[in-house]
Amino acid sequence: MSAHERYGRLETHLRDRRDAGRSLLVPYVTAGVTADWTDYLHAYADAGADAVEVGLPFSDPMLDGPTIQEASHRALSLGATTIDALTRLARARAGIPLAVMTYANIVFRHGATVFCDQLADAGVSGLIVPDVPCDEVDELSTVAADAGIELVLLAAPSTAPSRLRTIAERSRGFVYGVTVMGTTGERAELADSARAVATALRRHSTRPVLLGFGISTPGQAAQASGCADGVVVASSLMREVLSGRGPAEVGASVAALRAGLDAGSAT
Amino acid sequence: MSIDISTPGVDAVAGRSRSLMADPGSAGRFGQFGGRYVPESLVPACEQLEAGFREAWADPAFRSGLARTLSLYAGRPTPVTPTLRLSAELGVTLLLKREDLAHTGSHKINNVLGQALLAKRMGKVRLLAETGAGQHGVASATAAALLGLECVVFMGQRDIERQELNVFRMQLLGATVVPVHSGSRTLKDACNEALRNWVSQVDETHYCAGSVMGPHPYPWMVREFQRVVGEEAREQCAALLPQGQPDVVVACIGGGSNAAGTFAGFVDTNARLVGVEAAGGAAISSGAPGVLHGYRSRVLQDENGQILEAHSISAGLDYPGIGPEHAHLADIGRAEYPSVTDEEVVAAVLRLARTEGIVSALESAHALAWVLREAGTPQLPTDSTVLVTLSGRGDKDAAQLVELL
Repeated sequence: MSAHERYGRLETHLRDRRDAGRSLLVPYVTAGVTADWTDYLHAYADAGADAVEVGLPFSDPMLDGPTIQEASHRALSLGATTIDALTRLARARAGIPLAVMTYANIVFRHGATVFCDQLADAGVSGLIVPDVPCDEVDELSTVAADAGIELVLLAAPSTAPSRLRTIAERSRGFVYGVTVMGTTGERAELADSARAVATALRRHSTRPVLLGFGISTPGQAAQASGCADGVVVASSLMREVLSGRGPAEVGASVAALRAGLDAGSAT
Repeated sequence: MSIDISTPGVDAVAGRSRSLMADPGSAGRFGQFGGRYVPESLVPACEQLEAGFREAWADPAFRSGLARTLSLYAGRPTPVTPTLRLSAELGVTLLLKREDLAHTGSHKINNVLGQALLAKRMGKVRLLAETGAGQHGVASATAAALLGLECVVFMGQRDIERQELNVFRMQLLGATVVPVHSGSRTLKDACNEALRNWVSQVDETHYCAGSVMGPHPYPWMVREFQRVVGEEAREQCAALLPQGQPDVVVACIGGGSNAAGTFAGFVDTNARLVGVEAAGGAAISSGAPGVLHGYRSRVLQDENGQILEAHSISAGLDYPGIGPEHAHLADIGRAEYPSVTDEEVVAAVLRLARTEGIVSALESAHALAWVLREAGTPQLPTDSTVLVTLSGRGDKDAAQLVELL
């Protein structure tokens, strides 16, 4: 068995690119936020994204700041549903791996097995559920693995070293390092805690470590790439989407982030 | 009704059997419900709180300090009052556990004093609370003032408009009331905002949950702090009733803290346990298993898993979830959870006021409304003895009642 066969599609893809010297970029879009929301996937891919995080909106997002809350609210008021979002994703064929981010109640509504099978049918590779921490993850982890879905776990600045090891070992696809104690949202500077989280996670695993929360600008992305394998960028892009900027315009921002990461990798 | 009082549960950690309404173990499970569904950022805080509570609850000095504070400051024990005219009218013996007579006007003070003393013991300097009707906010502001803690209370804008008096009381006590404009602008949204705020302030802040909900250890800890209601009532009923115990014990349910505290005193007796929900917020009868605000329970939600807005005349019951232990008690049939309408509630407030001279909170009147509806039926036969926990007083609802009547 080759090393690649031990990993799912998302992790294999990210490891290959990382091992080739590339800093990884995973931009985010909320499913259903506009009528043409899947066009953003193509724009992101064309702009150099390595994977895309797709948010399935939830009415009560516990870990989201104002921008993603507003995006979720807008999507729900436009009638977004899980089934519709996954049907659209299946048709979209973005050409790069997709990871869905949503909350536990959406996952468990009709059972985790049904949900993970739906993700697999839609061509989704990864799943991020921020309100299912590693202590509660057993059932979902097994079901996701059976469906071929890579369950990405999150680590926070407050996570104890022993838990960091467990999270790094049990995560699939990549490990999501949360840079700050707080909700999603743009911040003026990359938090000092980002480096500590990334360094600790890398110590425990060779899995790609991506940093998210508060990474908004090419400069911050470049800075993050100095200590992690890449970044997830959500709020700054969704602010543009919410203000009416189309796929080409937001794609240009993703291209700028790509350039920032490439510059960071080169230094 | 005969109940097997020794119904065992299984402690997931220790493998021991245990009685109902006991320690839910380190996983915080009540059957299939409970747990700790929070972002990783909050897990250490929940673990620290669980350890802190276990240590404090096992410490006689903490227990006696809390008991002393409840006695000298909060006015415990509250009495059990036999109703005279209303009992005669209904044909049942109706007793009221008078949490409306506790300091700040509701049972909320029991839990909040417990949590505030614990927070202080753990070195926290700030209490963070959410509130619907305002009673929990007032209690939190009160305890914070007593113990020298900062207090911030999140409250839905709609509830702020419904509960002006309580908002003023919180501010008078030195608390900051933060309006929440998202979603339905009620308790559910105040909970979201409080939890989001807690993520960013977790080191110095204790999140003071208002009911038996939230991630482990909150449902267990809040029930233990409210257990005093049921234990007192049981002793008082033993002194008042020839047979020693009521046949039926009734309490209103939003999140379910006064019911949990009351039931804890009677769960090992033969009494029927009845938790009364608002018809527009009946998570037990109309909800489905789900995850909200850090715990798994029964939750009002649509086909897609989006949380539905609850609708109740009382801000304190305007909540789409219910404490996980109640969902479990319903699952195993140890407690029943009927619902009553807003109209029945208003009628109950009036009837109690005019027969007994007691103005109850709209929340508490849900429990009473069930008794008024069922007295003399097979649900509640004539000559039954019934204990109703009157969880709070109705002053806060006066302006709302003026508009309704």
